[in-house]
Amino acid sequence: MLNFILRRLIASLPVLIGILAVTFALGHLIPGDPCRALLGEKATDATCNAFIERYGLNKPLPQQFVTYMGNFVQGDLGNSIRFGRPVLTLLVERLPVTIELAICALIFAVLVGIPLGILSAYRHNSAIDVGTMVIANVGVSMPVFWLGLMLAFLFSVLLKDTIFVLPPSGRLSPGVDYPAFYQVWHLATDEQSASGLLIFLSRFNFLNSLLTANGAQFVDTVRHMILPALAVGTIPLSIIARITRSSVLEVLGQDYVRTARAKGLRELTVVLSHAVRNALLPVVTIIGLNFGGLISGAVLTETIFGLSGIGKMLFDGITARDYSLVQGVTLVTAVAFLVINLGVDLIYGFLDPRIRVS
Amino acid sequence: MSAAPDVLQLARPPAKTASQNLLLETFKNLLRNRSAIAGLIIIGFLVFIAVFAPQVATHNPIQSMIGQPGEVGKLPGKAPCLIALGCFEAQHIMGLDLNARDLFTRVIYGTRTSLSVGLASISIAIFFGTLLGLVSGYAGGWVDNLLMRLLDVVLAFPSLLLAITIVTIRGPGLENALAAIAIVSIPVYARLIRASVLSVKEMEYVLAVRSVGAGTLRILFIHIFPNTWTPIIVQGTLGIGTAVLDAAALSFLGLGAQPPTPEWGQMLSEARNYLFTSPHLVLFPGIAIMITVLGFNLLGDGLRDALDPRLHRS
Repeated sequence: MLNFILRRLIASLPVLIGILAVTFALGHLIPGDPCRALLGEKATDATCNAFIERYGLNKPLPQQFVTYMGNFVQGDLGNSIRFGRPVLTLLVERLPVTIELAICALIFAVLVGIPLGILSAYRHNSAIDVGTMVIANVGVSMPVFWLGLMLAFLFSVLLKDTIFVLPPSGRLSPGVDYPAFYQVWHLATDEQSASGLLIFLSRFNFLNSLLTANGAQFVDTVRHMILPALAVGTIPLSIIARITRSSVLEVLGQDYVRTARAKGLRELTVVLSHAVRNALLPVVTIIGLNFGGLISGAVLTETIFGLSGIGKMLFDGITARDYSLVQGVTLVTAVAFLVINLGVDLIYGFLDPRIRVS
Repeated sequence: MSAAPDVLQLARPPAKTASQNLLLETFKNLLRNRSAIAGLIIIGFLVFIAVFAPQVATHNPIQSMIGQPGEVGKLPGKAPCLIALGCFEAQHIMGLDLNARDLFTRVIYGTRTSLSVGLASISIAIFFGTLLGLVSGYAGGWVDNLLMRLLDVVLAFPSLLLAITIVTIRGPGLENALAAIAIVSIPVYARLIRASVLSVKEMEYVLAVRSVGAGTLRILFIHIFPNTWTPIIVQGTLGIGTAVLDAAALSFLGLGAQPPTPEWGQMLSEARNYLFTSPHLVLFPGIAIMITVLGFNLLGDGLRDALDPRLHRS
């Protein structure tokens, strides 16, 4: 297993360098003078010279690329003109919002998508099957931002006077301040005195509410998370349901399932322990591949639901032509995508020994 | 001497008759597939609307209704007005947008923009993808390795995000959005063609063609290419749907079509802050996008089933 992990790690190194090369090359495609493009109005001759010196823009391209890689390894992704702060700091501040949204959307997609897929495979060609496939087809055809807008309209306008009313924006109700877990645990008194890691962790609202045993914050977070998670999770849900269905259908027709039935096992055991267990392998891959969709979904929906994650930041960066920010977000997301797919590969190897050996 | 006619016999590509049969068979299978028929009807309908947009539309897509005869009341963002709904003023089936332009007309003209962006970007992607895939698969060795690793890098990015970055850097606009969508789609097609080439190039008839002295280009384009395109048809159809979605997303972010071009994503972008007061501005363009993407997805799925030998020729 260790050998397998090492091999996979080494195999992904060239891709990492490739990702860096692409973002590096994109930086050189900015029309006009890179310094003035990146620094905007603040670019005087003196600042430009300092900038060129700092990023080695007067050096040969290969040397610049090495500097770029070095900066990346040290966490220097440049400064954002829009926010006037280092891109990395901004990313660390806002990542929890996006990660929380992506995880909730994924949980929703998996918890609903897999059972739907299994059910429609088991009841092949029934009304449930046809219904699920219609929903799955429509689900992948909807623009995620439009679905978000429609959900916001449905749940906060049309259902305003019912118990189903949900807040259309924000992460928590306005005006309510929940204590961070480091304050409750007396690790730090306020944000100034807390370490970066503590602040980072406390920004995960679900985690914070659990660590502080704060029921009110938990409920508030859930209420605000439902609509964005539904919007972002619908496309992965549709894809997961379709893949699960076809995978389970294939497995259900195999001999060992018949054998299991012939042994007199209960139908539930046959389907869940024998068929589904083997059918879920391709689903794991699809879940990993959907990460890209989740991030794109988050980018497009965060602005709609007023969530200040990296998607909202990217949106603001695009509007302000903040090249460093857009480049930085793309780079970090691609690297995260790479790491997650590596993780999926490893899980896959763990689940299916044949892959490990080959 | 008797070997020569055999070689020539083999050198004659089986492509022609086989592909004609395949085409006929595919078409028959397609007509048996419910989702494919639904997809074909939807796409046919959309193509009709796009071609005859000036005839179908009721107004000018970029003309404000303010000051026009028969228009009364507050015009910007006006709700749909239909006699059937008890409204006897000037008829605007989908209402007016925030600049008091007829929304129905803009949605109709939006079909043109979206279909052309989808078709154009995927055609470009297929062209370059096919070229790369053919070269990569046929050349093999380090050329193949290098090209495939390069495409792996493009695939390592979430595609929409890479498109966003490209357009941000090159500047917003429909052409740049189209190019960006094409660039991020190339690897998929290149890989598909490469996989087909790898299996086709080992076939006897290719060996026979080579033995009678055909050049590399001839072998590649006349003899190998016609036998590799079927997976591209399926992927291309599904790809148009994705391209329409991506183009709408780029326009929604302000990176694609610029006002006053009627484009669905751009219309949603303009209307999103008025969701609670004029929901019809968000509803209709979104439904239009959904129907379009659904049409291509249904047809793509149907084509996949129709072309899948395991399902029909076993």
